[in-house]
Amino acid sequence: MTNHWVDIKNANLIVVMGGNAAEAHPVGFRWAIEAKTRNKAKLLVIDPRFTRTASVADFYAPIRTGTDITLLSGVIRYLLETGKYNKEYTLAYTNAALLVHPGFSFEDGLFSGYDADKRKYDKSTWAYQLDEKGMAKRDDSLSDPRCVINLLKQHVSRYTADVVANICGTPKEAFQAICEHLAETSAPDKTTSFLYALGWTQHSIGAQNIRTMAMIQLLLGNMGMAGGGINALRGHSNIQGLTDLGLLSTNLPGYMTMPSEKEPTLDSYLTKYTSKPLADGQMNYWQNYPKFFVSFMKSMWGDKATADNNWGYDLLPKWDKGYDVLQYFELMHQGKVNGYFCQGFNPVASFPNKNKIVASLSRLKFLVIMDPLTTETSTFWQNHGEQNDVKTADIKTEVFRLPTTCFAEEDGSIVNSGRWLQWHWKGAEGPGQALTDPQILAGIFLKLKAMYAKDGGTFPDAINSLSWAYGDPHEPKPEELAKELNGKALADLPDPKNPGQFLAKKGELLPGFALLQADGSTASGCWIFAGSWTQAGNQMARRDNSDPSGLGNTLGWAWAWPANRRILYNRASCKPDGTPWDKKRTLIKWNGEKWVGVDVPDFKADEPPGSAMAPFIMQPEGLGRLFALDKMAEGPFPEHYEPFETPLGTNPLHPKVISNPAARLFKGDKEQLGQHQQFPYAATTYRLTEHFHYWTKHARLNAIMQPEQFVEIGEELAKEKGIAHGDLVKVSSQRGYIKAKAVVTKRIKALKVNGQSVHHVGIPIHWGFEGLTKKGFIANTLTPFVGDANTQTPEFKSFLVNVEKA
Amino acid sequence: MQVNRRQFFKLCAGGMAGSTIATLGLLPEKAMADVRSYKLMRASETRNTCPYCSVGCGILMYSLGDGAKNAKSEIFHIEGDPDHPVNRGALCPKGAGLVDFIHSPNRLKYPEVREAGSNEWKRLSWDEAFTRIAKHIKQDRDANFTEKNADGVTVNRWLSTGFLAASASSNEAGWLTHKFTRSLGMLAVDNQARV
Repeated sequence: MTNHWVDIKNANLIVVMGGNAAEAHPVGFRWAIEAKTRNKAKLLVIDPRFTRTASVADFYAPIRTGTDITLLSGVIRYLLETGKYNKEYTLAYTNAALLVHPGFSFEDGLFSGYDADKRKYDKSTWAYQLDEKGMAKRDDSLSDPRCVINLLKQHVSRYTADVVANICGTPKEAFQAICEHLAETSAPDKTTSFLYALGWTQHSIGAQNIRTMAMIQLLLGNMGMAGGGINALRGHSNIQGLTDLGLLSTNLPGYMTMPSEKEPTLDSYLTKYTSKPLADGQMNYWQNYPKFFVSFMKSMWGDKATADNNWGYDLLPKWDKGYDVLQYFELMHQGKVNGYFCQGFNPVASFPNKNKIVASLSRLKFLVIMDPLTTETSTFWQNHGEQNDVKTADIKTEVFRLPTTCFAEEDGSIVNSGRWLQWHWKGAEGPGQALTDPQILAGIFLKLKAMYAKDGGTFPDAINSLSWAYGDPHEPKPEELAKELNGKALADLPDPKNPGQFLAKKGELLPGFALLQADGSTASGCWIFAGSWTQAGNQMARRDNSDPSGLGNTLGWAWAWPANRRILYNRASCKPDGTPWDKKRTLIKWNGEKWVGVDVPDFKADEPPGSAMAPFIMQPEGLGRLFALDKMAEGPFPEHYEPFETPLGTNPLHPKVISNPAARLFKGDKEQLGQHQQFPYAATTYRLTEHFHYWTKHARLNAIMQPEQFVEIGEELAKEKGIAHGDLVKVSSQRGYIKAKAVVTKRIKALKVNGQSVHHVGIPIHWGFEGLTKKGFIANTLTPFVGDANTQTPEFKSFLVNVEKA
Repeated sequence: MQVNRRQFFKLCAGGMAGSTIATLGLLPEKAMADVRSYKLMRASETRNTCPYCSVGCGILMYSLGDGAKNAKSEIFHIEGDPDHPVNRGALCPKGAGLVDFIHSPNRLKYPEVREAGSNEWKRLSWDEAFTRIAKHIKQDRDANFTEKNADGVTVNRWLSTGFLAASASSNEAGWLTHKFTRSLGMLAVDNQARV
């Protein structure tokens, strides 16, 4: 979230799309209700199902799964054609006026530079026109046809209300109402907050779903505003933190990138990622990349990282391609992987095409499970009849199952969707011989290190160099690790403004990332966490819930990255001249010398209003991007592509380019895609309010509340297929089948799309062959092994099935 | 009068005990029996965060046992933290069942191994488990580690073993996981953010 949970109460319009907050994030959703009751906000829900969120909405519109870009592009068209957008904001704070490369084009579903064989784009034309100094050219009169906003107008001109109705199945009047509601918040004193979740991300066009909404927020002038922003309701309690920490194939902590083999030297790497300004007078925060990277390396390798060895650059692995989970399970399926660790993760249940996942795990030599609970992944080798029909004796994988403590049995911090790092305390010991994750990792690591010391082996250098300065090497303590993440001064850091004074003395914990250095005099495991545990103590454990402004920015409660800032880009809450767009939402103001306010200013503290500096300081041009340059895989503007399994069998906009042309599809998985003739129904998976993924089926209370697997189908489809409420049905895709009870409901209606009737089948995910509920099938037996072209997040939310009475 | 939440509990408990006794018509000085006091009053209260979705609701965990060396504390009740600015004491149906997660009969208690082709779990000690896993790692890493790619560029990567990290584990465990995996040269590192 750019904003945070409590801030939702400041919105005038709340749009829930690609999510179902009332059921999946019930307590956070109370702030949407708060906005309704206190702020007279309107709640709009756009979803294939009439969810419980829809049941308390002011307005509900149905949409076919996988067509959100079409609807949202229709909204952009409406805003631009009617002129109902915040023009001053758009001109000053977005790249609307910047000029685009003359070679950039879009035709018949493809942007310029497409290579059909590689399914990739050459993105060289997805760029700005630059002047002789290398700065982006702009035309503030917006008369140049190459201005971003003019190209955008042209791009979205195809998304008329008729096209939206034809592709999405959303009635024209409903679409019109959505446009009007959103347009109202283009007023400077009105904001929209979009709440979305995995209903947007889990598509082959997931990242562009979100981008389209972000563009609307920029046009409406809602970024940086209290009650605005982009608010991902993330799925797991610390998925934000693990992402912050770079636990993704090609990431490093703090959104740095792992070096690849194309950057053989430290210099080539730092040159690539240290961004250069694209506008005069712009603060460009990624210019500090070397400080963040060298400080990270000092945390990793300690004294072994020196200027002479390029801070241990050769100790880090260099990638040739990303090893995301789809790629890696594909390799495992081909027999190219020998070992796998699953730490609190249940891929048999969580990944697409369960039968492929089980077949892949069966080809491993060893599998290590670290988990507090029994998972289907740990027992994938057991035969559970139809639900897991394997030949145990043929599976040669050695499986180690290591019991871990759970949240209640450890100290530590996790990061919520609002980027708050909240510290928690241990309340009891774990059961039996359970150990904490750090104890287990330390146990394996120290054994391994001793083996290398005794017997030698391949490249022990990185293992030997890893900094391991913990009081008890077998049990690194949470506070030791948290301080390592925050970082400390490795030498006295002189204050450039006050000779003889020091910003921090050697050994002191750092107050923030502004003190980080590229010369090895500071260490910080994750630069955006700098400030979380300072000389003043553990900031994540703070419990002052006072809210003097009434806007909900409880700056004394826990600690938010970065710099305890609660609303990102908050400089954009003021006009270029420094006055707030809306006085009631004043977050920061200029006091004559510096920016101050009820939030931590997201700007150069002493840069006066009216200067050339724009508010999006993480971008080299300082602007929010309506045109994404080369940052997206499938295009700088969003475009509607059908799901890989489409009930239409075509793309009404461009029949030659049906699905995302840049998405990766492995051989074998392509053959496993179903066609609408055999599998005519659009299926989507989701959570129930009583369960959390595949964990709560192990908790008795939750198992009692939702004991048995079911699927939801509409009354019309049920009638067509002769299915009654409570019948056992078989739901099949090209990849397998599940059997479940049918819930026949009025909440899912057939939609008229492209001249045909499209039925949806709703598939809750929570059952498996382990747990205290009745045994069930893994819902992901059905889902396709294809992901978003940028993130490789699987397309769980749009695929094809058939339904019949079992 | 300033009354905090805990004092409020005490006042309520006292008030109820007094009125019950009065209803029974007993004079306080003759009362021999006592009504059962609230278990929460004797409990230790520990602050934590719900481990399910990303709202990050504050929770209060109540356990018996005072933290003394010979007392094993056990959590018997969990409720929302009323001071927490987001959840203000509330929990959803998922969070309301948290205590049953902690005490699930399906919690793992001992390190176990399932040998190749076997149909059963076998217990082993932590030391055996660490040793066997470290041997697997070393064997695979020594055999398949790539120091230089075809162009002679130093890459120091190990691709034949991967690691899925946990999105409910703490940042501190996550940081150690980062150090562990990257120092071995792993690139197949991912977490739930991907799915």
